[in-house]
Amino acid sequence: MAEALLTVKNLSVDFHTARGTVHAVKDVSWSVGRGETLAILGESGSGKSVSANAVMNLLDTPPARIVSGEILYDGKDLLQVSYEEHRALNGKKIAMIFQDPLGHLNPVYTVGWQIVEMMTAHGRPAAMARARALELIARVGIADPEAAMRKYPHQFSGGQRQRLMIAMALMLKPDILIADEPTTALDVTIQAEVLALLKELQAETGMGLVLITHDLGVVAEIADRVVVMNQGEIVETGSVRDVYHQPQHAYTKKLIGAAPGKGEIKLLEADAPLLLETKNLKKSYGGFTALKGASLTLLRGQSLAVVGESGSGKSTLARTLLRLEVADGGEALWKGRDLIRMGARELLGVRREIQMVFQDPTQSLNPRMSVYQLIAEGWDIHKLMPDRAQRRARVAELLDQVGLSPEHAERYPHQFSGGQRQRIAIARALALEPELIICDEAVSALDVSIQAQVIALLDSLRRRLGIAFLFIAHDLGVVRDFADTVIVMQAGEIVERGPTAQIFDNPQHPYTQRLLAANLDPDPDVQASRRASIAAQNA
Amino acid sequence: MTKLIGQRAIASLLSLFGLMVLVFFLSRLTGDPAVLFLPIDATEQMKEEFRALHGLDLPIIEQFWRYLLDLLQLDFGDSLRKARPALEVVLEAYAWTLPLALITMAIVVVAAIVLGSLAAFKVGGFFDRLVSIVSLVGASAPDFWIAIVAIVVFSIGLGWVPTSGVGTPLHWVLPIAVLFIRPFGLVVQVVRGSMLGALSAPYVKTARAKGVKNLPLIFVHTLRNGMLPVITVIGDQAAAMLNGAVIVETIFGFPGVGKLMIDSILQRDFNVVLAAIMVTALAIFLMNILIDIAYSLLDPRIRH
Repeated sequence: MAEALLTVKNLSVDFHTARGTVHAVKDVSWSVGRGETLAILGESGSGKSVSANAVMNLLDTPPARIVSGEILYDGKDLLQVSYEEHRALNGKKIAMIFQDPLGHLNPVYTVGWQIVEMMTAHGRPAAMARARALELIARVGIADPEAAMRKYPHQFSGGQRQRLMIAMALMLKPDILIADEPTTALDVTIQAEVLALLKELQAETGMGLVLITHDLGVVAEIADRVVVMNQGEIVETGSVRDVYHQPQHAYTKKLIGAAPGKGEIKLLEADAPLLLETKNLKKSYGGFTALKGASLTLLRGQSLAVVGESGSGKSTLARTLLRLEVADGGEALWKGRDLIRMGARELLGVRREIQMVFQDPTQSLNPRMSVYQLIAEGWDIHKLMPDRAQRRARVAELLDQVGLSPEHAERYPHQFSGGQRQRIAIARALALEPELIICDEAVSALDVSIQAQVIALLDSLRRRLGIAFLFIAHDLGVVRDFADTVIVMQAGEIVERGPTAQIFDNPQHPYTQRLLAANLDPDPDVQASRRASIAAQNA
Repeated sequence: MTKLIGQRAIASLLSLFGLMVLVFFLSRLTGDPAVLFLPIDATEQMKEEFRALHGLDLPIIEQFWRYLLDLLQLDFGDSLRKARPALEVVLEAYAWTLPLALITMAIVVVAAIVLGSLAAFKVGGFFDRLVSIVSLVGASAPDFWIAIVAIVVFSIGLGWVPTSGVGTPLHWVLPIAVLFIRPFGLVVQVVRGSMLGALSAPYVKTARAKGVKNLPLIFVHTLRNGMLPVITVIGDQAAAMLNGAVIVETIFGFPGVGKLMIDSILQRDFNVVLAAIMVTALAIFLMNILIDIAYSLLDPRIRH
């Protein structure tokens, strides 16, 4: 292990909230050396970002309070130095990049101005800063740096924005770069590119890299050592390979076990009756064609996954099938009836049969409605089950079915965790006894351990109730675990389709191959051998 | 940008025309001007002559047509009270109202932005409390009362400034100070709220991680984002002031357009009222265009 550049020692931070004091991190210690990559791995609420924010003096005090500990950099305790002294280190010696580059870049200033400011804020002349910015923008792979400098953040794609953030962070050749979920908001192929870029730049500059992530695949791909956090405490620390192959702590074992993409692949029962058939479905927005003709069939009890990156048209497909958008062309037959052209009365009946579960349950559940009201609302709309006592019993039954308990009915969404909220959304969809549930990234916002539970729940519902699923996702591991059939979409077109085993084991289309190659495996050895084979191909 | 201004100008001209039609026909609904203007014992012949003189005997459409043609030559008719062109009377009053409004709004904007930003940066700190007190006074005390108390204290009691009228710079102090309070109280609260939101934005975190100092953090990174909702309120307040501060102008004997309008309405000098309405409308439309331009200058996402 290299000599430590930055050391966090016995750090404890409390958050004082209206509901009492929360111990955000307890007695956390880690260090990172020159040229080393340390991953801080944890699920939401584990406190994985807190210590990094303390290093950057970004914790708001109050509500945060640093109870004890020290952060050592260059012989000084950063928790003791003055505000001004700390400010002078930020960006210059220790730089940071964030998950959402659109939100973290100032929307009203040009990218060039913001990158140059990294140096001018630390007293360097503007001309020198400009030259360095041009050099770095080119280095991170943005074409025409001169023009890029004059553009605003919204004029770039997500991947480009993260590259620009990286360029900004490296302006003053910092000793340490902290990256907080740097690739979580990006598509897998873009994620692979950004991680590769970070690794190259680290090799060039010798900086220490602290990577905060929830993704075992990212850890396997890039990190040397890993710190596993759970509920504010470090439960395990060690080399990535050791921790993956010989996890000591029960939580680490659970986390590794929950990583998707290792279960048995499901087979389609081909004799089930046909539920939905679309032919050449099309949809454009202005001059942009989002869906260039999608044809698919869906059987009763089938789980059909639609995978693709942002802009591939997968959500448009779902919205068109739900008649939230009107298709421009093609047809969709729902149990033999024309879904695109049916009248309002007939559509209302079909609406009951096709339900949707959205990505973010925090936004899709009305915060002012109790769980009972949320679930029962559909019965009001469709004038079903007028009897109150019967409704209460059914809500209790549904909550039980999704792994919640009947007394949760009177609570409100904010009283639940993210995974529990998604269960409520599923119970709401089940209330109308649908024949098809469309899941639009329904588990993407959830932690891996919760993800696995929700997937298992959906699968048992599929088997027990014969519900068909149209499962839209970008995470291939989740798709592999859940779907029996896969459709791959790119730029509005279906480029490949087939049984899950065939798509994963023998992909035909180059795009499918690229997607699978970019998908990170949680096993560091698998990732290492993939990297070696890519290097061999390039050589 | 030119396209945006062009579109705005066309929309404004259409609205101005609509306003003119409305004002013209509404004013004809207030009754027969001959009855209103002439003495109560005027003979029928005198009334006929008056109508013929002012073209009031023509069909209403023709009267409108003539009024329109006159307007195109910037002829709003004569003030009956002052026997001078109405436009001249109005512009004279504007020469007082415009500087009063502009100076007051300039002070309001600068003070509200600086104090509101500082208040947002340190919630519960000195500036935050100061701002709360002034806003509370502005929102709860009527301005005629503040004006009278100010005269009693600063003019009569302390003798620092004149009680009313115009002439020296000192005459402007009290009207500006009294006019300042209410819009300041409102704008500063909007600045504070907007800056509170903007200061917790992710890009502020980035700036702090970059090591940007506090003053540029507030006034460069955050302010430009926080200004967007503020501009709308500033425009609204400025528009109210361009209408003339009727009460303050009356109390301080300030010969502005607000006082002129009230006097003209009381004396049924309709040509002046019409001219004042049209000029004010034009000023407000011009200001709205300025606000649109400011908006698109501040936020590149509107421009693209």
